[in-house]
Amino acid sequence: MKAAAFAYARATSVVNALDLLEAHGGRAKVLSGGQSLMPAMNLRLISPEFVVDIGEIAELRGIAVTGDSVRIGALTRHVELQSSPVIAAHTPLLTEAIAHVAHPAIRNRGTIGGSLAHADPASELPACMVALNATIIIRGKAGERRVEAKDFFTGIYETVLSPQELLVAVELPTGRRKSAHFFHEFARRHGDYAIAGLAAQAVVEGDLFADLRLAFFAVGDRPVLAKVATKLTNMAITPADLSAALSVLSQELDPQSDQQASASMRRHLARVLLARCVGTLLGRPDLGAGGSA
Amino acid sequence: MTAPVSISLDVNGERVDALVLPRLNLADFLREQLQLTGTHVGCEHGVCGACTVRVNGEIVRSCLMLAVQAHGTAVETIEGLSDSGEVADLQAAFRDRNALQCGFCTPGMLMAAQDLLKQEARPDRDRIREHLSGNYCRCTGYQAIIDAVETTARVRGGRRV
Repeated sequence: MKAAAFAYARATSVVNALDLLEAHGGRAKVLSGGQSLMPAMNLRLISPEFVVDIGEIAELRGIAVTGDSVRIGALTRHVELQSSPVIAAHTPLLTEAIAHVAHPAIRNRGTIGGSLAHADPASELPACMVALNATIIIRGKAGERRVEAKDFFTGIYETVLSPQELLVAVELPTGRRKSAHFFHEFARRHGDYAIAGLAAQAVVEGDLFADLRLAFFAVGDRPVLAKVATKLTNMAITPADLSAALSVLSQELDPQSDQQASASMRRHLARVLLARCVGTLLGRPDLGAGGSA
Repeated sequence: MTAPVSISLDVNGERVDALVLPRLNLADFLREQLQLTGTHVGCEHGVCGACTVRVNGEIVRSCLMLAVQAHGTAVETIEGLSDSGEVADLQAAFRDRNALQCGFCTPGMLMAAQDLLKQEARPDRDRIREHLSGNYCRCTGYQAIIDAVETTARVRGGRRV
């Protein structure tokens, strides 16, 4: 199908985009790479009256290290993240995850800001932001506000962004020493949305997790920062401990059933992911097998 | 502002100036206004890859890009790659390996395969599959297509087929 008719404006700057959103925000959509917006419009799932194209705003581009964080402009494309030596050096979780985001032709157009603002609960980047403890930077007419990634996503395709605001950048804390990451997703075909996935960032001290952030995706209405991580940190994990944690995880998650998988299958896959994550990051194959039981 | 928007772009090396409605996607612009019907329209929501073209040297889905977004860019379609001879060997390999069949997906497959072969001289079958994973084919079962791309990579690399 084709998109319904709409009015179009090519924003020339962030200030110009905010002016346009102030005038049309409730009836408008922001277009960056368009890799989620255009399918939704072509399928007539949404029919905005006005489209604000931010694709030419140079100030929204680029990856830069500032102090102890990496700042990624909202218009930074997936292909740029994937090939960035800065991202590979400081947040390798992101480099690994991007390979699972759709296909090359999509990664050439899709942007990080677009993916986060779209907030598909089965997509990879929102979960990565939660695992990496990212800060989402939002601009409105009144100024800038900063929101922790775990508080940014509020539901299926829902975020704290108001129609008059623009997601302008994200900031990721640069990797600490001894940090480690894990990313895996189950999908029908490489590049498809996940049936269940896990993006994890950890600090491993000897045989222990000094810190562990587990961001599950496609098992809830938003990325889930699993509280069960606290039961696995600062302790020598036994198979019994892990088994208990897997049960807690099952209680914590509230996945949906759909054509791809039932809720119980998603719970099962999440347990498998957690066991593999713990086993892999600690170099403990004995634990990694725990989730398949 | 629902009125047509003026755009200028380069298509297969030629300057094009046009007036387009904002809702017109790049695939339909190429097909209907420029009569470049080699770019196919399949699913129209970015799943099948039949509409793959190059914009500023990178492959994109032309059904997921508005014609107005192509303002100021250089677009290359299968007609451009075919006429310049850039993919002549790939096309021959598709024919020889029976990787065409109905041919609907072929333009997109050629664009995606050429994109890979430009980036990597020696992709193995897994890499070829991964790179073409965004392109659907309903006839060949993909094996013949992978064969054709693999053959082309070998020949371009000066290796025996």
